Amino acid sequence: MAQVARGDAELLDALRAGDEDAFRELVREYQPSLVRVARIYVPTQAAAEEVAQETWLGVLKGLDRFEGRSSLRTWIFRILTNIAKTRAVRDGRTLPFSALQDPGRVPEAAVDADRFLDPEHPRWPGHWAVPPETWPEDALLAAETRERLAKAIEELPASQRAVISLRDIEGWSSEEVRNALDLSETNQRVLLHRARSKVRAALESYLQEDGR
Amino acid sequence: MNTDVEQLSCRELVELVTDYLEGALSAEDHARFEKHIGACHGCGVYLEQMRQTIVLLGRLPEETVAPEAERELLEAFRGWRSG
Repeated sequence: MAQVARGDAELLDALRAGDEDAFRELVREYQPSLVRVARIYVPTQAAAEEVAQETWLGVLKGLDRFEGRSSLRTWIFRILTNIAKTRAVRDGRTLPFSALQDPGRVPEAAVDADRFLDPEHPRWPGHWAVPPETWPEDALLAAETRERLAKAIEELPASQRAVISLRDIEGWSSEEVRNALDLSETNQRVLLHRARSKVRAALESYLQEDGR
Repeated sequence: MNTDVEQLSCRELVELVTDYLEGALSAEDHARFEKHIGACHGCGVYLEQMRQTIVLLGRLPEETVAPEAERELLEAFRGWRSG
């Protein structure tokens, strides 16, 4: 933690001193994530990009007053969330509280039910009827697989997409994601689980049709 | 409690994979999970596929900032500095 705080302190000094490179780096690091998180609250990519731009203006406005009680990252994402929520209200959108605060309300299976034997099966209740097959190593590395993976991410609901992007693409810890999105531990995990399960299923369906 | 006697089905196990990978299972459920994985080829493959999925996600290129957006922001930064 101390190291993170020191990194933040140095960065803050540079920003306050008007170091343009420091600001550019910060923008490059967080802009894609900001846009993805904004998409939870606003309906279009263009609106999300506007919210991200506004966020940076908010960051500049607040920079001299920022006291470092949270990490710089958490602070930036809090600004984003406030702007995005305000905009959602202004646009007459219902806030997707349920998507973030109660993701478990609507059950979702990680794997289609028809892949399993009946839960009442006399011998093997709930066991695989159609088990997954080992993926071919070379196909995993193919550029097309990467494209399919990116497409699967794009097709996720915005809240799941934001969580899996921050965790698995950007490599944030679960605590960092929880702080940035103001999520409970359980809800973060539910969203991550659903997102990963769907992405795995998409890869499976792609790799198997490819192998046949 | 003797729930450890009760076995996990494959259908239940796939719903616990993220909790398992996140270290969020109770000691008891962790043990049931590993016992099942050790004996079930299909679930072993499934867990491996989840791990592979995560590794592949980590290798996706990070998105870049649109040059126009970056230019605008740098201008705002200059304005802020001088303002």
